[in-house]
Amino acid sequence: MPSQMPHLMLNENDCPGFSRGYRLQHDRVREQWVIQAPERALLADPIAVAILQELDGRTPIGTVIDRLAERYEAPRDQIATDVLALLSDLTEKRILRL
Amino acid sequence: MSEATHDKGENGRTAHIPAPMSLLAELTHRCPLSCPYCSNPVELERKAQELSTDDWLRVLEEAADMGVLQVHFSGGEPMARPDLYTLIAHAHKLNLYTNLITSGVLITPQTMKRLDENGLDHVQLSFQDTDGPEADRLSDFPQVQPRKLEAARLITQAGIPLTLNFVLQKANISRIPDMFALARQLDAQRVEMAHTQYYGWALKNRAALLPSRTQLEEASRYVAAEEAKGGLAIDYVTPDYYAERPKPCMGGWGQRFLNISPSGYVLPCHAAETISSLKFDNVRDHSLSHVWYHSQAFMLFRGTDWMPEPCASCARKEIDWGGCRCQALALTGDATQTDPVCSLSPHRHLIDEAIAEAERAETQTFLYRRMGSHP
Repeated sequence: MPSQMPHLMLNENDCPGFSRGYRLQHDRVREQWVIQAPERALLADPIAVAILQELDGRTPIGTVIDRLAERYEAPRDQIATDVLALLSDLTEKRILRL
Repeated sequence: MSEATHDKGENGRTAHIPAPMSLLAELTHRCPLSCPYCSNPVELERKAQELSTDDWLRVLEEAADMGVLQVHFSGGEPMARPDLYTLIAHAHKLNLYTNLITSGVLITPQTMKRLDENGLDHVQLSFQDTDGPEADRLSDFPQVQPRKLEAARLITQAGIPLTLNFVLQKANISRIPDMFALARQLDAQRVEMAHTQYYGWALKNRAALLPSRTQLEEASRYVAAEEAKGGLAIDYVTPDYYAERPKPCMGGWGQRFLNISPSGYVLPCHAAETISSLKFDNVRDHSLSHVWYHSQAFMLFRGTDWMPEPCASCARKEIDWGGCRCQALALTGDATQTDPVCSLSPHRHLIDEAIAEAERAETQTFLYRRMGSHP
């Protein structure tokens, strides 16, 4: 999770998806997940993977939070904080777009 | 999020050898430009020697199976190969990230459409300068700048992320602020400010290219000022001649990167063929996996066992990996020496002499990169 709050804050109605030139990909040889990006591959931790797999550019963040809260039987407001922070950070970095 | 790194080898059988992350596919040495700092070897390969489309398709499959995540189509000018689109489409189907490293002079609305439709992920577009006449002088190609600017416009119009690459040398350092301004104006996501690295053609032109220490400090100030503004990813490649410690070339010999020459030789870096004592294997004769895990050329300088002093007892030996083998050879005549850039190298005086020579040099005459033009 990002240590600083991003300048750009998404809300639960936003529907982010990956920008052109970025994608989540399973690295089958090293058995890990990476975000493919221009001239580098970023390691994605399991929480980020669970969130990013839900994105398609059409699903509102609120729906993603509902699904994750149900799947992991976790408090919704805690999930919401983590999801919005991650997606806002990645959108500011242009890895995701609205 | 951190940069993905290698960990596991080939099914544990050679667990100490990491799987490669990245493939530089040099499709051709042909290029309409003649930049005097070209990273291609001085002995350029000709069209008749180039791999076939089928060879490249097989190589891409083998690379993906081995764990390569990203393929960089480069050259020469990779767009001089008419099968580029077929190769991009195949790499895309294999889930390889496709990057095109280009001069941009062959990008038109028609070729851009084909790059886009075949699934290209990213373009790295090279620039000589922001000043038109200087760009012409460096590339030896008339009116090169307007073509590059049009290429950048077409790339961003297609929605493909763009990195601008500026090669820094003594004549363009004062225009670094203009380069950043151009990157923002063109809506580039990244900009690489890469000081010339002195191998091959650049080594021949070193006295006309190498900046002074004062210029280097000026360049570093410009980069720091731009980084403070935010909103643009900046990759600053420093000139190793002014460093105390060598660069960990390619992240270590045979650790994460492999390069295939137009005729199919598999190299640990694009300059490795200068080490003429090494025998490089060809993808026409062997699988890529065999070359990576077993070939003499990849094994020789992999790891730390080959190191002489002062590297062997150095605490940084798995940080620097002894520096660059090609630079050691080019400057000391022996590829097994410590990179002479290191202040602990007994050959450091060779670097200091080169810096002094470049500071004295008044000449701006280049030996341009051409087939068969080397003396």
